[in-house]
Amino acid sequence: MNLTDTNTAVRVDGLTKKFGSFTAIDDVSFTIERNKIYGLLGRNGAGKTTLMQLLTGQQFATRGTLEVFGASPVENARVLQQICFIKESQKYPDSFRIEHVLASAPWFFANWDADFAQRLAVDFRLPLTRAIKKLSRGQLSAVGVIVGLASRAPLTYFDEPYLGLDAVARQIFYDRLLEDYVEHPRTVVLSTHLIDEVSNLLEHVLVIDDGRILMDQDAEALRGSASNVVGKKTDVDFFVAGRDIISRDGLGGLASVTVAGLSEAERAGARAAGLELSPVSLQQLIVARTTSTSAG
Amino acid sequence: MGPLIDNGKPIFLQISEQIENDIIDGAIEEETSVPSTNEFAAFHRINPATAGKGVNRLVENGILYKRRGIGMFVATGARQRLVGARTEQFRASFVGPLLDEAAKLGITPEQVADMITDASITDREASAS
Repeated sequence: MNLTDTNTAVRVDGLTKKFGSFTAIDDVSFTIERNKIYGLLGRNGAGKTTLMQLLTGQQFATRGTLEVFGASPVENARVLQQICFIKESQKYPDSFRIEHVLASAPWFFANWDADFAQRLAVDFRLPLTRAIKKLSRGQLSAVGVIVGLASRAPLTYFDEPYLGLDAVARQIFYDRLLEDYVEHPRTVVLSTHLIDEVSNLLEHVLVIDDGRILMDQDAEALRGSASNVVGKKTDVDFFVAGRDIISRDGLGGLASVTVAGLSEAERAGARAAGLELSPVSLQQLIVARTTSTSAG
Repeated sequence: MGPLIDNGKPIFLQISEQIENDIIDGAIEEETSVPSTNEFAAFHRINPATAGKGVNRLVENGILYKRRGIGMFVATGARQRLVGARTEQFRASFVGPLLDEAAKLGITPEQVADMITDASITDREASAS
């Protein structure tokens, strides 16, 4: 035990996971602090799900150390009962109805709030007596979301929880998550492609690409950390020379370049030089950072 | 309290600027309470830590103060101090560039002043009719 353990939910050091010759997670180190909402973002196949399986003790690491609430999660009941992992495609026993899922949840989750689960079922318009296997894709996702929220587990992972959920249902999910998190602070890790939808909910962002952590930053620090500079190609090239260029686009004599970290004075300088500046959203930033085809 | 405009400015700054605006235009009076961090978070659908950062910035500046167990309140004199700070900003970010551009076109400060007087009269007539 070390002194920072009370603030740390997850600590990962040099974590590596190989499947045969394929390295899914490549020497990754980071920490997840307690009672924050994290975004685990990255492209398909980047390693998000593998990482979450490692963090929930469902896969064995090839190398490296992994501590969840101060201990290894692998076959560790004390750790695992504090975790709720909502997967994209959760399997339930064939005969189960929605009401059975909600009734059995308190066996697994000590903090389960049955009233909250009932309210959520109304919000998502779920027919409680319907068999799980007869549910639509969106309804099945809604069941997962309800379990994830009402479990109030100290560490909750949502791995792409919204498949088939319409825009209204996703907004209900985000709103209820935020409301309940305020009342019952806990650690939430949200893995998603819909970055723009969730970016304001996140306190911290982990971006994984090609099995490595590409960004590990405060969400507010990332916001406004990059700008799009548009103007005559020669002017733009002159202005961005020597800067951290994230991406570059052009049309005829015009250039559009995304650069990192402009100070207020530099922005004023760009405007004075006749260049147009526009903000870059978290999603645009991550797309730009993870688009490169060759690693490194 | 208006919607947040995502103009690349950090959200916590947008939160504190909105509170400042509400204090300046009198929507929130001095010695009355402002919404809680959690209320801001729910209203704007943002992380409570972000909302808290925006509110705390105003606490550090002495614009808001905390009453234990009750909430955040607007300090006496907050409006005057905000108007003073904003007037300085107005001068730096509007009047300065205005005069620079005028000088470029050979317009004297006196002519600028006349233009402003004219424009404000036209504006008033337009809004009166």
